[in-house]
Amino acid sequence: MNTAQRARGLRWFEALTGGDGLIDGPRSVRAGDAPVGDELARCIAVVPDPANRFARARGGEVGLDEGWALAREVRRTMAQAQVGAQRALIAVVDVSSQAYGRSEELLGIHLACAAAADAYASARLAGHPVVALLVGKAMSGAFLAHGYQANRILALDDPGVLVHAMSKLAAARVTRRSLEALEELTARVTPMAYDVRSFARLGLVDELIGGVNADAPAAADLQCVRTALARAIAAARRAPLDLSQRLGSAAARELRAASIEVRRRLAEEWDES
Amino acid sequence: MSMLTRSSFIELNARERSRAILDAGSFRELLGPFERLKSPWLAPQGIVAQSDDGVVLARGLLDGASAVVAAIESGFQGGSIGEVSGAKIAGVLELALRGCERGRTVRPVLLIESGGVRLQEANLGLAAIAEIHAAIIALRRRVPVVAVIAGPVGCFGGMALAAALCSRIIMTRQARLGMNGPEVIEQEAGLLELDAADARLVWSLMGGEQRCASGLADVLVADDVTEIARQVRAAFAGVGGPRSEQVERFSARLAALDAQRPPAALELRQRWGAERAP
Repeated sequence: MNTAQRARGLRWFEALTGGDGLIDGPRSVRAGDAPVGDELARCIAVVPDPANRFARARGGEVGLDEGWALAREVRRTMAQAQVGAQRALIAVVDVSSQAYGRSEELLGIHLACAAAADAYASARLAGHPVVALLVGKAMSGAFLAHGYQANRILALDDPGVLVHAMSKLAAARVTRRSLEALEELTARVTPMAYDVRSFARLGLVDELIGGVNADAPAAADLQCVRTALARAIAAARRAPLDLSQRLGSAAARELRAASIEVRRRLAEEWDES
Repeated sequence: MSMLTRSSFIELNARERSRAILDAGSFRELLGPFERLKSPWLAPQGIVAQSDDGVVLARGLLDGASAVVAAIESGFQGGSIGEVSGAKIAGVLELALRGCERGRTVRPVLLIESGGVRLQEANLGLAAIAEIHAAIIALRRRVPVVAVIAGPVGCFGGMALAAALCSRIIMTRQARLGMNGPEVIEQEAGLLELDAADARLVWSLMGGEQRCASGLADVLVADDVTEIARQVRAAFAGVGGPRSEQVERFSARLAALDAQRPPAALELRQRWGAERAP
């Protein structure tokens, strides 16, 4: 795996906050204040730590410590005394996967990831605008824990931004397909694709941010992303606190038509006529 | 009628399980198989779709109170979550929330048998699971959300997060609850990390008995229809806060462990099991 790509989450975090964001927790979770519009948003990232005490979580995966630290940082922001509007949260997303390991399972990594998702969703329900900024990989359980509960999802329009439920190799094995057969399907079946443009076609991206250097953001790139973040925060403040807007876009009406139809018919049948 | 002998819950299919959980005669299916709401993504990949997409939804009663059950059928695509099956689960939870907000409380029960995201629908399965999470977290503030994991397929991936978000988790000895399936761990981390074929090892890490004994699930039940139906009802009598909200408690527990020498399964039961939830 390409080091430049892996470090993207950290690069964008540092660019947005102007600091290293070390917390009194694992070095793999960073949190800091990012000026966005005329406010200071709380920015959180998961980054690689080659010395991580859990060997299976050294490459920027969301492991046990990371899941719980994310939950803690989000809930700390919620607990801060507040004057005026609730503070915005920005999840900088570059997570290759959840950690795969025996200790991880025994010690409940599913719960650690759930705790992070719970914290982000609770922040959203409490009125904090939560924005996910996809700058690298947004994979599977790691994305569910860090970013997928956001009111708004933004993504850099870049080939290194990938969204999926499982790595290609593992997905090929689990579905008993050759890598070639899987590649052919990902090109033909939109939800199976890994690239962010296909993901956006599902109506799941509120803004694809084009024309920025994803690996080495210059000042203009940063300004462009800050402006998009400010737009997303303002939009989230005007919108409902649930995720219903994800099904409202023209893209969703086309490729998530079944998700909409299921809900329409369920509402009809819910109360006995 | 009294039941003197055990009647297996695991051997029932999703529809029969839902019927068995609800008060006798109260089962009313929503979006039944005759509505033919199938996955639009499977046929183009040469896979035969199923007319309920592997999820059975039913309204009914629990001790006379309004309830809704969402049951996953492990016999179809390993209980995996695709666009339609995921939207069915998220959709009923969203409607239950709307009901609760209007003062019409509905008791939600999830009967989970799932390997997680259906890889043939990858990103739409993942999106649906995020919406299931969002719905559980919002609904749980109004009414307990109860998860039952009964069969050997178990509960993995994003659906394991969903179970962990619930107010109460009921498991049998046969069931498993984990983030990553053993085969995926072996594939990603190697045979030395985990031998997926070693069933005894796998169940010692993530089986129902271990999860309940180490405080990561709530109630261990026998594979018995009457007992499971009783425990589901008891779960609504009043439960503590969900584990996923107990950040300081679990962070402290984890911080106290040595990652180089993690505790064995039995030791973890002593460390975490004895301590009762607040």
